[in-house]
Amino acid sequence: MILFYYLVFPGFLATFILGGIASWIERKLTARIQARVGPPFLQPFYDIRKLFIKEVTIPENSVRSIFMASPIISFASVSIVATIVGLNLVNPNYSFNGDLIVCVYLLLIPSLCLILGSGAAGNPLSSIGASREMKLVLSYELAFWTCLAVPMIKTNEIRLISLMEFQAQNGAIASSLSGIIAFIITIICMQAKLGKVPFDIPEAETELAGGAYIEYSGPLLGFFKITQYMMLVILPVFLLQIFWGPINSWVSILKYLVLLVVIILLENTNPRLKIKQAVKTLWFGLFPVAVVSIILAVLGL
Amino acid sequence: MNKGKILSRSIWVFHFCSGSCNNCDIEILDALTPRFDLERFGIKLVGSIKHADCMLVTGMINKKGATRLKFLYDIAPKPLAVVAIGACACSGGIFEPSYYTYGPVDKIIPVDAYIPGCPARPEALIDGIVKVVKKLST
Repeated sequence: MILFYYLVFPGFLATFILGGIASWIERKLTARIQARVGPPFLQPFYDIRKLFIKEVTIPENSVRSIFMASPIISFASVSIVATIVGLNLVNPNYSFNGDLIVCVYLLLIPSLCLILGSGAAGNPLSSIGASREMKLVLSYELAFWTCLAVPMIKTNEIRLISLMEFQAQNGAIASSLSGIIAFIITIICMQAKLGKVPFDIPEAETELAGGAYIEYSGPLLGFFKITQYMMLVILPVFLLQIFWGPINSWVSILKYLVLLVVIILLENTNPRLKIKQAVKTLWFGLFPVAVVSIILAVLGL
Repeated sequence: MNKGKILSRSIWVFHFCSGSCNNCDIEILDALTPRFDLERFGIKLVGSIKHADCMLVTGMINKKGATRLKFLYDIAPKPLAVVAIGACACSGGIFEPSYYTYGPVDKIIPVDAYIPGCPARPEALIDGIVKVVKKLST
């Protein structure tokens, strides 16, 4: 049963399909903003299908095992988060104490795998990508964790299902002052976690030619792509559960779409930051605000 | 389903320029702009040859470019389609008698499609890529 949950319904397959649709919405909306027609509906799946028939090339001077393993590990860990987050909505019996913290840790693993994999690739551009990703992780994780402390303080719980129950009784956490500040900051951090435009510094298509992904080809790149698609579903739903609950009606799909459109608009209206600017914004701009929101939460606002 | 058919639904192109006057390169970028919008067909410009399914080569190939072109072709994951764009890449163009020409492209690597023109128009580019797609799917 657990295997079914992991592989099919809330886990890998369902999230992958939803992620493909979300990715199509993202590409289509981007195209419409730029007055283009945009790709057909099944385009994300065509891309994945194509990547899985391509040849795998492994650079001569790479560390073979790490290079090959890291896409698969990142994909597997994201599937676990999908299962945990999804089961909270489908079958709450499986929830356990502290799953919020487990989820945040598992969501960090794709970034770590990207650092490891691109560092092992033996390509200078890919190493620059790895070092940028490392700095980016260091800078956004601080603000992200600080903001996640706000709902924990407000509810005294570290269990997603209890957070949602609390919000069903008392209204969404984001409706309080500290909650809304923390929610906005986590949305910005989510942009960095997804590697979307103001923070796509490690990928940097135009200057690093794909950066951290430069040496990946075929199925290995496909696993990274699947990870990205799934993250596009999991992260917003995870944040909705924490900040903008409860998720039990059809209205929640609307909430998810609102969050997705916010991501897309942020992506299309911002230039890429330099890594220095990103660290500066996240540490010295957003982190103090996040601390203020914690203080407000302790005061009960 | 054969490989070509799967490939033809999502072609990621990589752009290689050796000794071109940059006109063909501008036309390639033109084809990706809102007016022509190649993303309708799933065609996307990528920065790394490792992600690419199709290599667009422009310019008469010079001495330095020839070795790099050969190297890029060798490390690229197959199947890979090669398209020569512009008069120089197809036949050498006005640089054909030059002492520094190591081209045209088909002297160095196998080419799937030739798109002539100086520079090749975006319409011609789209037509050429459609023909590559047809060739791949048979």
